[in-house]
Amino acid sequence: MARSLHPSFLIPCGSGSLSRSLRRGAILKSRSNFRRNLPGQFIFPRYVILLVATLVLLSTPRLVRAQEPPYFVTYSDALEEPGNLEIATKNLAATPKNANGFESTTLELEYGAKAWWTTELYLQGQGTAGDSTVFTGFRWENRFRLLPTEHWVNPVLYLEYEDVNGADKSILELTGHDSHADLQTRDAEGKRDISRTMEGKLILSSNPKGWNVSENWIMEKDVMGGAWEFGYAVGASRPLTFSGSGQTCVWCRKNFSAGAEVYGGLATVHDFGFNNTSHYAGPTANMSLPHRFTVGLSPQFGLSSDSAGVLWRFNFAYEVQQFRDLFRGREAQ
Amino acid sequence: MKRVGMAWSIVVLSLTCSIATMASDGGWLRKVPQSERSRANPYSGESDAIAAGRVLFTENCAQCHGVDALGRHGRPSLRSERIRNASDGELAWLLRNGSLWKGMPSWTTLPEPERWQIIAYIRSLPRNDPSATAAAHP
Repeated sequence: MARSLHPSFLIPCGSGSLSRSLRRGAILKSRSNFRRNLPGQFIFPRYVILLVATLVLLSTPRLVRAQEPPYFVTYSDALEEPGNLEIATKNLAATPKNANGFESTTLELEYGAKAWWTTELYLQGQGTAGDSTVFTGFRWENRFRLLPTEHWVNPVLYLEYEDVNGADKSILELTGHDSHADLQTRDAEGKRDISRTMEGKLILSSNPKGWNVSENWIMEKDVMGGAWEFGYAVGASRPLTFSGSGQTCVWCRKNFSAGAEVYGGLATVHDFGFNNTSHYAGPTANMSLPHRFTVGLSPQFGLSSDSAGVLWRFNFAYEVQQFRDLFRGREAQ
Repeated sequence: MKRVGMAWSIVVLSLTCSIATMASDGGWLRKVPQSERSRANPYSGESDAIAAGRVLFTENCAQCHGVDALGRHGRPSLRSERIRNASDGELAWLLRNGSLWKGMPSWTTLPEPERWQIIAYIRSLPRNDPSATAAAHP
């Protein structure tokens, strides 16, 4: 992830505060200039489409509840049900310090291969005001449940390969010395910096009394070289009510989940710790819509001087139940 | 080369069929701890809980077990004698832990009261339709 956020064609990633100072110095945008380039100017039509689609969906109260916790960065032990395909977009909009506003969209295809194995493909892109709209790369991730039954803490192993360029602004996790300075790179320059990394996460998740508490420990290495980088994410959430009802409704509490998450980088194997790392925290919520749609929203606030001010995240997901059955013969039913 | 490919296809197909068959063998029942077997459903027989369980079942379980709970595509019926004979505690254990190697996921993403409501609904279902039994149990 670090390489995807670092303009490392200029300065190698993980090179500390000196590199960040140099990068900041290289950005000569005035504050008045980037205020004119707020992300709303170019993402407005997308929001309108989303709003109209949401209103249409709400007009028909046939619900299928989303059961996954409402996290954007943190993973829990909830895997996709076997045979189901979830199609989702994870979106992020921000106006970071000394950089143009941007909106990043990640298309996510998540398939439940087995009850203990979920595989996902991500296709990523972003549009930056006053710059360009670019495809930034892909990721392929796999999550494996390690224990066959439930325990107080349930471990899940996460393995990912990613091929993204330096223009990527999806911030699906933070590792190493990722910082807001990485978001200042011009797209044309960032596209030339391609990184291929392997990433592993140990996901620890608990479900005490209806709550979900999850911790992720992240380690990542660029296969082309570079130091091991580390990160973390922690989240807690719960549905707004613990028991169901026989009524089918749209705005009742059973369709909502809420919680909070915090995540950040832990530097590299050479300087493990919090120095020169960025961290974010914020509330998060999601809502089930009729016809297997889910929407989520989370404002996430920077906690360190290396963080951007506020990241606005929202997602929109649709679940195709028993996708694999579409390929089975009618006689098999 | 084609023969090797065909042989592999047969092996994979056989394994898939074996797993599908094992999925309905009820082996999970042997794993349930004694303390779990005797747990009682706090919503047993309550009409509100059954109504809520019906909604939850439709949302979460019907995709595999069918709206009528008779099973789909070789997945087991929930109106079988095995399920009828299982205790509430055993069903609660299955919903909590799943049977991962046999395709049944863990449902801890549902709060425990909702899992009990689903069990209350399953208990309210009539016995298997004999004409559908053969199709539902491979």
